[in-house]
Amino acid sequence: MALGVTKKEKIDGLAESAGVSLAASAWKRLRRSPVFLIGATIIGIFVALSLLSPWLAPHNPSEPMLIEQVVKARNEIPPPQPGHPLGGDLQGRDFLSRLLVGSQQTLIVGVGATLIGLAGGLILGTLAGALGGWVDSVVMRIVDVMLSLPSLLLAFSIAAMFAKPSQFTVILAVSIVQIPVFARLLRGSMLAQRHSDHVLAATALGVKKNAIVFRHMLPNSLSPVIVQSTLVLATAIIEAAALSFLGLGNPDDRIPEWGQMLGDVQNVFDTHPHLAAWPAVCIIIVALGFTLMGETLREALDPKNRR
Amino acid sequence: MLRYTIRRLIQLVGVVLVLSMLLFAWLRLLPGGPVSALLGERATPESREALTKQLGLDQPIFVQYFKFLGRAATGDFGVSTGVQPGDSALDIFLQRFPATIELSFFAIVIAIAVGVPLGYLAAKRRGGWFDNLSVVGSLIGVAVPVFFLAYLLKDVASSSLGLPSQGRQDAIDATRVTGFFTLDGLITGEFDATLNALEHLILPAIALATIPFAVIFRITRAAVLDVLDEDFVRTAEAKGLTAPVIRRRHVLRNAMLPVVTTIGLQTGALLSGAVLTEKVFSFAGVGQALAIGFERRDYPVLLLLIIMATIVYVVVNLLVDLSYALIDPRIRTR
Amino acid sequence: MALLEVRDLTVVFQRKGEEPFRAVDGVSFDVEPGQTVGLVGESGCGKSVTSLAIMGLLPKRGAKITGTVSYDGTDLLKLSDREMRDRRGRDLGMVFQDPLSSLNPVVPIGLQVTEVLERHRGMPRKEAMIEAKDLLDKVGIPDPNRRLKEYPHQLSGGMRQRALIAIALACRPKLLIADEPTTALDVTIQAQILSLMKELVQDLGTALVMITHDLGVVAGLCDEVNVLYGGKVVEKAMRHKLFAEPRHPYTHGLLASIPRLDAAPGEKLTPIRGSVADNIPWTSACAFAPRCPNALDVCRAETPAEVEKLGRLLRCHNPVVPGTPAAEEVPV
Repeated sequence: MALGVTKKEKIDGLAESAGVSLAASAWKRLRRSPVFLIGATIIGIFVALSLLSPWLAPHNPSEPMLIEQVVKARNEIPPPQPGHPLGGDLQGRDFLSRLLVGSQQTLIVGVGATLIGLAGGLILGTLAGALGGWVDSVVMRIVDVMLSLPSLLLAFSIAAMFAKPSQFTVILAVSIVQIPVFARLLRGSMLAQRHSDHVLAATALGVKKNAIVFRHMLPNSLSPVIVQSTLVLATAIIEAAALSFLGLGNPDDRIPEWGQMLGDVQNVFDTHPHLAAWPAVCIIIVALGFTLMGETLREALDPKNRR
Repeated sequence: MLRYTIRRLIQLVGVVLVLSMLLFAWLRLLPGGPVSALLGERATPESREALTKQLGLDQPIFVQYFKFLGRAATGDFGVSTGVQPGDSALDIFLQRFPATIELSFFAIVIAIAVGVPLGYLAAKRRGGWFDNLSVVGSLIGVAVPVFFLAYLLKDVASSSLGLPSQGRQDAIDATRVTGFFTLDGLITGEFDATLNALEHLILPAIALATIPFAVIFRITRAAVLDVLDEDFVRTAEAKGLTAPVIRRRHVLRNAMLPVVTTIGLQTGALLSGAVLTEKVFSFAGVGQALAIGFERRDYPVLLLLIIMATIVYVVVNLLVDLSYALIDPRIRTR
Repeated sequence: MALLEVRDLTVVFQRKGEEPFRAVDGVSFDVEPGQTVGLVGESGCGKSVTSLAIMGLLPKRGAKITGTVSYDGTDLLKLSDREMRDRRGRDLGMVFQDPLSSLNPVVPIGLQVTEVLERHRGMPRKEAMIEAKDLLDKVGIPDPNRRLKEYPHQLSGGMRQRALIAIALACRPKLLIADEPTTALDVTIQAQILSLMKELVQDLGTALVMITHDLGVVAGLCDEVNVLYGGKVVEKAMRHKLFAEPRHPYTHGLLASIPRLDAAPGEKLTPIRGSVADNIPWTSACAFAPRCPNALDVCRAETPAEVEKLGRLLRCHNPVVPGTPAAEEVPV
């Protein structure tokens, strides 16, 4: 190209001259976005519910108090009745209480899987992106092998590795799949920065390598990672349900979790669809809440969209 | 181009070797291992020892691995212990592979046929109610667990539309040629067999299509939005070209480039989703075999099917990358 | 009757929740057949919006257009979408600023030329290809048969702009609008493209509206010049008159800020103070007043009217005193 200024350069120039920090301008736009507010409200209610549910739930979710109404032979379960507005489940436990308390484990699965995936990705990605060279090649080879498997299939396989499945193995299976994704993201944006002006300037000023990585490069790589984390919170919950559906979930259902509640009732779907529908609707709403937040965050943090 | 293809294929061999090694180690190191899987937990120590010897499991693990590789080279991947006990793992794969290909093909066709036009329209009407509605719809599509949607379709659609909800075809007299049931009928002229296979395919294909649909829709929308802002679209308008020509030649031809890449990546979601969907519809494909395999811990079958799924995924993405180079002149003519 | 008569053209952009913005504010000018008219001004003065409004290329939503744009007696602003589509590319051609981004990267050059011919002259593809080859030849692209099959990224910047000119002139439009056609090019190429346009316009008798911020381009090409500021024409004169005796302080400033080769060593450049961002609305003042060295109190209190004085149309309360030439004509 000749002397002319291309459109992209112009946009970049605008973004720089705006002089407002990315986070501040993103927040300003998020506050006005109804979609983000809907997502945030859903998640706010979800988190509050998971914290307060032990007090909100009318009964103990693990106690088979209506067991005498369960008739296995005729496939009968306790119907809605005074004190039990949604009736009971296959083991005669109060369904409403299980649904309310289920939010707790669901949140734990989502957050746990995201944190482990994020931590793994941070370690690998920072190593690769910051050090470069052979460390980078080795780490990226591992990441490539993991990414060359369809991710959900990899999660299924990892879950099947454990002889004694539990809530923890479910979280582990769902999170390991996310490690290469996070690692890739971080490495990509850190590599782009290693050659950027502000990092060169810091190097020229004699700032130590560690300080450059942690004070200059890492913070600037965070926005794609935040977006991805929000989206993983949604997929982790959905994938945990899929694991239960395949019999790879937590077999101990005394403490309920929505994915497990949904996956475990597959055999009675046609006779008691409400047992699946309630946890499914809960999962859909929460996953939608996280996705709405993630997508609006992505748009808000994209420097292209700044005005 | 050729050099690139060869490099990618060599990479694929590397990935498959590493993967098979990992999977193999995993199977052998499992508590109990294949012996328990074959004999159950309550077998006598004598019979366990005999089987251990018979299977060569008393030898060092790398010796076992190389023996496995040697057998694998001749097509012997072991015998199924859970999916179809007694059948060879390779036979199970070969039998079921066409079913999954058929299902995935229809699913991706549905996803493209619905996702691309919707994405284009949404972008054209950016910010309007149609755009907002379809974006929210696609986000809900991502949030619904696939197997739950499959059950819903199976229960609601099959009862109200009278579509079959089980298997690949009714027990009718159909000649098998390729293993693709919809194709076989066309080849042999047994059109009712094709129709019957299609009726069985439609619901699982719709269920499986939701995830790739949502992604293809959103990528198309984003890509069209990007292209509509481009100067060359304004040039095309300044030429007074008709709307269909601008749409086809100037907008979609450019916007399809990122969509093509996405379609490749969606094969992964299709393979994983097939495990769930095929289980719901008792559709006798690779996915159902994997689902049963996971449930009954059928390791020889799992090992082979996971490796094959990886190979398919990598090869499809390689093909997509190559076709990308073909449709983008900036890469082709460099 | 002039070929193109623009009267009181006004474009107001209205975004939800934002103040309406008058990008073009009552612009009028004529273009005679075969004449070259310049629209000159800084970025943001409304010159590009004017051209897009004439072409009917402004978005339907958000842009309110009033006034008349009559072409050969028909008001283009009153035409339906479809009628306008029939005219664009046939009666009105347009050349854009950035030749790389203005060409479709995945369609061969040949098809990008022939599609206009197929559309407006109903030529079959084969015949159109032969015509396209002649066109590329005419705009000075060497080896046109090979170039027809190539893609934009395989051409140099100058060749791409030549191709765009070939496309714009393919149907022999009576009016060609060129929006900063040389800005994205190397200086040496700029001169080539300008002389090519001059030649073609003369050969084909095409009227040309030249939109530019570059007074050098105006000096070499235009018969009449409209200087735009803040969406209004502030000075309109024949080229010689404008360059010899700029009357509006803005025009004067534009000419004075051109670095001169014959300036004495150490002589300072004379820039115009401030930027477009300093504009005040035209409603009750002169928009240029905050930046104007000649500004009087009346300039901040009253909108100057467009009056014919000093042999030109001028919109100024306190014009530059005659006899202070700012720059000599810069021939290209």
